[in-house]
Amino acid sequence: MWSWVAHRVTGVLIFFFLLVHVLDTALVRVSPEAYNDVIGTYKNPIMGLGEAGLVAAIVFHAFNGLRIILVDFWAKGPKYQKVMLWVVVGLFVVTMAGFLPRHLMHVFGGE
Amino acid sequence: MTLVADPKAPRPPKGGPGRRTTRGNTELYGWVFMRASGVLLLVLIFGHLFVNLVAGEGVKAIDFGFVAGKWASPFWQVWDLLMLWLAMIHGTNGVRTIINDYAERDTTRLVLKGLLYLAFAVVVILGTLVIFTFDPCPSGSPADLLPSFCTA
Repeated sequence: MWSWVAHRVTGVLIFFFLLVHVLDTALVRVSPEAYNDVIGTYKNPIMGLGEAGLVAAIVFHAFNGLRIILVDFWAKGPKYQKVMLWVVVGLFVVTMAGFLPRHLMHVFGGE
Repeated sequence: MTLVADPKAPRPPKGGPGRRTTRGNTELYGWVFMRASGVLLLVLIFGHLFVNLVAGEGVKAIDFGFVAGKWASPFWQVWDLLMLWLAMIHGTNGVRTIINDYAERDTTRLVLKGLLYLAFAVVVILGTLVIFTFDPCPSGSPADLLPSFCTA
């Protein structure tokens, strides 16, 4: 139930980000200065944390989406759906543990 | 352990007296598309995030020169085009489902879905045009903002 709610919430969040992401990237067609100016306003710690949150939403949605596919198409999927939710949580933690230190290092300086 | 009550994948409705709809199998194809595109999007988006946020200098290195360097290659043009179309169809279909679930008044549903399809058309057309009409070395721009191959 809660994974279903989280799947919807992260999906909508990612969709609205995608609309903005295509529009700002389209500025490369206006001029290098216009693109760099707008991207420059994203280069601060608050947006950096927002990017971490966005990646977290994408990673959950991706792994839980695979779980949904297994529930639908794998004969034993419905039986193991709860076990697979814990697998999703485990994969999420491992992926974020790989991503977060490197991303935060880029955002908060240091090499 | 709680189980989902007798979960079933949607099947194409059979003809005959039991069939209650004449709308065809569009919802079934949409359901299959969400799963097929989902798997492809996982690969495309994880690759996109790795190359743009993890490899190299990460998010702080993203500027016009970075984007121009990528789109100078047909490989990343096709990658991003596929990602754009699949993600927009997958996302639009997902939001459509949510609107159908929660917007109870007919006019509300109609207006929200109208806005959704408008956003879909604008973003997909704009994004596609940008990927294919993009000039990595626009004349008159300062060389330090452009990718290094422009000065060659």
